[in-house]
Amino acid sequence: MAAIKVHGYHASMATVMVLCCLNEKEVEYELVLVDLPTGAHKKPEYLALNPFGVVPTIQDGDLTLYESRAIIRYLAKKFQGQGTNFLGSTLSEEALVYQWCEVEGQSFNPPALSIVSQIVFVSMRGGSTDEAAVEMNVEKLEKVLDIYEERLSKSKYLAGDFFSLADLQHLPCTHYLVNACGKGDLISSRKHVNAWWEDISSRPTWKINFT
Amino acid sequence: LVMAVIKLHGHPISTATAMVLCCLNEKEVEYDFALVELSAGAHKQPQYLALNPFGVVPTIQDGDLTLFESRAIVKYLAKKYKGQGADLLGNTLAEQALVEQWCEVEGHSFFPPASTILFQTVLRPLRGGTTDEAVVEINIGKLNKVLDIYEERLSKSKYLAGDFFSLADLQHLPWTQYLVTACKKGDLISSRKHVNAWWEDISSR
Repeated sequence: MAAIKVHGYHASMATVMVLCCLNEKEVEYELVLVDLPTGAHKKPEYLALNPFGVVPTIQDGDLTLYESRAIIRYLAKKFQGQGTNFLGSTLSEEALVYQWCEVEGQSFNPPALSIVSQIVFVSMRGGSTDEAAVEMNVEKLEKVLDIYEERLSKSKYLAGDFFSLADLQHLPCTHYLVNACGKGDLISSRKHVNAWWEDISSRPTWKINFT
Repeated sequence: LVMAVIKLHGHPISTATAMVLCCLNEKEVEYDFALVELSAGAHKQPQYLALNPFGVVPTIQDGDLTLFESRAIVKYLAKKYKGQGADLLGNTLAEQALVEQWCEVEGHSFFPPASTILFQTVLRPLRGGTTDEAVVEINIGKLNKVLDIYEERLSKSKYLAGDFFSLADLQHLPWTQYLVTACKKGDLISSRKHVNAWWEDISSR
């Protein structure tokens, strides 16, 4: 059985999320480096795998698959019988997993990623942080996190009492917010969000990315 | 045993509500429509926020389950009613994965520029503001790049995920409808042979 091939970059948030998922599911894989700094993701060889020219992309036998959220969903289903159960046990639980996955993708990620981009990536590329943009997005994120605070005061994890894809999807960007952007107070100022963050970020399969 | 009908809280003018309505019809599922009067701010009232703390439409209630986020709702409906109506998910794990992939493409690459164009060209003027043409220009540029990729894909595949109409195609319906009509950006579609054929097909279901 050929191991799953992950085409990605170690510092790419989306790649790290897929790797974490593979570890949680106890699935063997081969990481094929796509060297972003040299523009490897825009070369014909990679575009043939993923026409959008972003990482990661996986190859599993005949299947070539991109979009990290779709990849982890595929892995969660294919390897449902082993490792962490990411999808819940009933159709309703699974529905709530997808609901909170969508919340991450549509409400959390846009402002969070904007903040990380402005504070970390823009300066890396020699530009200067747009403080007004950061301010605006911090405000948006505060509103979203207030809703998370309420939810997590009633539920250990976002979709229910089990760690799911929805929680996993929050790991990379929140890690950057807390550790690279100096925005840890967004998390630590909220009792239940903080407890949830402490819990999910201390999972060995996540921590191993930073050792 | 009386089966409670699914309750859909939404508004017909909402694209996300329209997408869920389309899915319910494709799956031949009965539902009760509960109008959330957006112009009266009903979606921000405590009664609605108790269902959906994000204060947006739609939200469904199916027995004990309350569910929001239209893309999660259509996924739930597609799974729960897999045995009836159109099969929106694909038959193999690989096909299902491709459906998910193109659903994500819609959600993260198509929807952001499309909704920005809609907001700037239609919604903002409706609320007494003015269209920011520079923003529209930027987002048309983004959408053009995405649609070039769609054109290539659809030259090899009848629908986005494969040879079957799926959630991925369905997710494009409401936004593209607005782009073509209210936003008057139909050329984005009609200028691309395979995207046009795909649009003609899915919009005539």
